[in-house]
Amino acid sequence: MLRYILSRLVQLVITIFIVSLIVFFLVRLKGDPISVIAPPTFNVEQVEKLRHAWGFDKPLIEQYLIFLRKAATGDFGLSIQHRVPAMGLVLERLKWTYLLAGVSALVALVIAIPLGVVSAVKRNSIFDLLATVLATAGTAMPGFWLGIMLMLIFSVRLRLLPAFGAQEPSSIIMPALALGTGMAARISRLTRSSMLETLGQDYIRTAYSKGLKYRTVVIRHALRNGLIPVVTAFGLQLGWLLGGSVVIESVFSWPGLGRLMIESIHIRDITIVQAGLLFFATSFVLINLAVDIIYTFLDPRVRYD
Amino acid sequence: MENCSPIVVLADRSSFKARFKCAVRSLRHSPIGILGLILVTLVLLSALLGPSIAPHDPTQHNLRARFKPPGFTDDNNTYLLGTDQLGRDILSRLIMGSRISVVVGLTAVVIAGAVGVTYGLIAGFVGGWLETILMRIADAFLGIPFIILVVAVSGVVGPGLTTLILILGLTNWVTYARVVRGEVLVIRELDYVTAAQVIGQSQLKIMVKHVLPNVASSVIILAALQVGTTILAESSLSFLGLGVQPPTITWGLMLADGRQYLGSAWWMATLPGVAITITVLGVVFLGDWLRDFLDPRLQGQN
Repeated sequence: MLRYILSRLVQLVITIFIVSLIVFFLVRLKGDPISVIAPPTFNVEQVEKLRHAWGFDKPLIEQYLIFLRKAATGDFGLSIQHRVPAMGLVLERLKWTYLLAGVSALVALVIAIPLGVVSAVKRNSIFDLLATVLATAGTAMPGFWLGIMLMLIFSVRLRLLPAFGAQEPSSIIMPALALGTGMAARISRLTRSSMLETLGQDYIRTAYSKGLKYRTVVIRHALRNGLIPVVTAFGLQLGWLLGGSVVIESVFSWPGLGRLMIESIHIRDITIVQAGLLFFATSFVLINLAVDIIYTFLDPRVRYD
Repeated sequence: MENCSPIVVLADRSSFKARFKCAVRSLRHSPIGILGLILVTLVLLSALLGPSIAPHDPTQHNLRARFKPPGFTDDNNTYLLGTDQLGRDILSRLIMGSRISVVVGLTAVVIAGAVGVTYGLIAGFVGGWLETILMRIADAFLGIPFIILVVAVSGVVGPGLTTLILILGLTNWVTYARVVRGEVLVIRELDYVTAAQVIGQSQLKIMVKHVLPNVASSVIILAALQVGTTILAESSLSFLGLGVQPPTITWGLMLADGRQYLGSAWWMATLPGVAITITVLGVVFLGDWLRDFLDPRLQGQN
């Protein structure tokens, strides 16, 4: 197991290298970085001096190596827009994104698992039908539109919840709901079908025939095994969660990394974009690793060595 | 009566006409499929006919009729779905927006499919370490979350319709490649392929003639479902300002406008979302029916 984790971590490092390469060259594909930094009043000479000061006149490969060396120490340069160290800003915003993603994931599981389990148990009933309709509709809706609708109802009409920012604890309710429901729609179908499969197994019938109440059977025995594919589905949809959080953050002006990235892309703040992309990719790979490890606790048959 | 068992539907030798007949019969028994077809046809028609069926000029400003609710009528002008902040008719704009959704959805998927299938064919046939490398590269693409990649590329290269389509196409090709390569791996061991090679048939011919028909159904189903994802992605990107740019009309941009005026004109933000949802639902329903129809495990139900 330890060896597995180690090898995964090595793969992580390689991935980060590749991502850093992509990120670095992508950002320099088009446009002159100096044109964003230099005030319009500068003449050619001053622009060249500035270019030299920032190191943009060196050959690209050298710039990349310097970038790597500095990145290893956590120095991603200063944000062009905000004039603070990029890494600090990115990390600060990252906290908020994790918070949103975490709560949303929780919401998703809280919605999807009971829904899926009850749908499986009451198969083909009205409840099941309704749940299926809702789930399908949920996957067809744009996630950010759901957020806007929630905002319309709860902020504009009912004036119950704050629409922007993260000033109050209640600010997280709507964004997390919007993101979580979209995620739930995507995994509830899978929960249902995997529970159905589990409930059809022989050992469930055995437990039942031993005289255990149906509810006990479902919760104690079926749930644990039925949840394994759900964890897989959850892992697969993590990418959606990350992407969705970027858009939701923009809708609700949530102070997360996603919104910072979008803004930085618009104003071409390349230091932030580089740092942000790198941290996003790293988070993603790490979380996937965490999901895989959780897997082994759920299903004792899974062993990676 | 035609025999519509999976052998007929999926076999190499069936005529298009026979398959079409079986498809129609299957469709008739599937309410979901019919609903999907209706919705998709609605959207396609609206996209094709565009300006001809729009009640008003979608770009026409009318500052005396700003923020009018749906159903508003004023000297002979009826705004069935209301107007926006510049007095433009929402219904007309929705119709124009459908053009972008359809174009982006279809083109991006065609590109992704073409790239992915070719990649998979080459990888599968070339074999050896080259194949492994090719598939690792493909896996790397899968590793990066889709939206992040698209946002990053479109952010740096610059937004725009062509860029958008290219990006959406080039980030989605991997699944096609995997499916096709898997099929190639199976096929290339078969005797008749070896026989064909011995006779001297070129690799290309073998690939096209034997592999493609077998992967066709998987690829089609994949493509159908991806159209929905692509439309959703386009709307997200346009909403963020990284997709289609104004003055081109797209549902995502309409939503971005609508969000600003949530207090004064709720219909601006609600209706484009409904349009997107209906479109994607239609595609998903049609895709589900298609998947059931092409599923070789459903014996004799067609």
